[in-house]
Amino acid sequence: MEHYLALLVRSVFIENMALAFFLGMCTFIAISKKMSAAIGLGIAVTVVIAITVPVNNLILRYLLAEGALSWTGIDALQSVDLSFLGLLSYIGVIAAIVQIMEMVLDRYVPALYNTLGVFLPLITVNCAILGASLFMVERSYSFAESAVYGLGAGLGWALAIVALAGVRDKLKYSDMPEGLRGLGGAFMIVGLISLGFMSFGGIDI
Amino acid sequence: MAEQSKIKEVLVKPIIDNNPIALQILGICSALAVTSQMSVALVMSIALTAVTAFSNLFVSLIRNHIPNSVRIIVQMTIIASLVIVVDQILKAYAYEISKQLSVFVGLIITNCIVMGRAEAYAMKNPPVASFLDGIGNGLGYSAMLMTVAVIRELFGSGSLFGHGVLPLATEGGWYVPNGLLLLPPSAFFIIGGIIWALRSVKTEQVEAAEYRLAPNTVGGTA
Repeated sequence: MEHYLALLVRSVFIENMALAFFLGMCTFIAISKKMSAAIGLGIAVTVVIAITVPVNNLILRYLLAEGALSWTGIDALQSVDLSFLGLLSYIGVIAAIVQIMEMVLDRYVPALYNTLGVFLPLITVNCAILGASLFMVERSYSFAESAVYGLGAGLGWALAIVALAGVRDKLKYSDMPEGLRGLGGAFMIVGLISLGFMSFGGIDI
Repeated sequence: MAEQSKIKEVLVKPIIDNNPIALQILGICSALAVTSQMSVALVMSIALTAVTAFSNLFVSLIRNHIPNSVRIIVQMTIIASLVIVVDQILKAYAYEISKQLSVFVGLIITNCIVMGRAEAYAMKNPPVASFLDGIGNGLGYSAMLMTVAVIRELFGSGSLFGHGVLPLATEGGWYVPNGLLLLPPSAFFIIGGIIWALRSVKTEQVEAAEYRLAPNTVGGTA
């Protein structure tokens, strides 16, 4: 249990997707001008990462990794190694899940669909999502670990974008040098937030 | 003659005037993550330029046969296949660097520059122009990446491409390296600074202010 708690804390604070690994930066900078949009996108990303990472974990273990097809019982498939197809399958799974989520939300929770709707297509190309799956593969997490890691990575990203949106909301009213207005200033602020998050670095549960 | 100047424009414009990172806010993720060492940044630039150029070429070749409703998936498949090729090549010939790039090679798939150029340019233009546009945007990305990498490696560890340039204090020289430049936050500051510099020179890129400050009325005259 403690192991999972530690993994969760590490993925939210220490190895924050946006601030330590720079993943999902494009949407991170572009959608953080307004608080409400940032919260909506943060929730959508969290949900999608929390689902796709464990699903990709299953795909890797039962379809792609070396010897993963042995459950079929066919001799010829015992030693097949399809891991080079990883990238293609992960991105496919992500695109499919986003599409399914869009349809399910539209059918059953229209209110939520209207809030998240515009962000869902953006999420397919959000590198934080694919990044989380690739980190899961690289660190060879188990199924339970990948579920916890997915949730943590999503929460961390949401936390970061909400924090940035809060700061940028206030910053609209301040007198910035002309060239720094907008994009340039946003980078400087993300840098400062990231510097703040570095102080979580030594925490070990 | 007109042909030639158009080719030049497609190739050169994205490098400064319309830089994908500084102006279009595309592909920032990897720009920040792989820039603490120049050799890694160089490999990443080459990989991305190649993928952008070829994905533009292939998307443009079949642009008239792609149904509009599934175009994103078709583009994604082409890009993902190209990235797999690049990944396998790197693993075979540059294993050390491929290890350092870790997940970021795979993340070229979701790099918005590749997707963005395929969608915005290659879907509407002939193959050769699209290929050059891919190279141009790749070079624009590379220029930004290498600038950041030079700053980070030179001042962060006193070397360029791993060769010592500034003699380090720990080895009897005079230069005390700035450790902050090797940490993630510095990349944000450097990119922010570069954008600031670019916009000071090219003032038409400055974003309009959402609110204007009222002039100071307290104790102004008396």
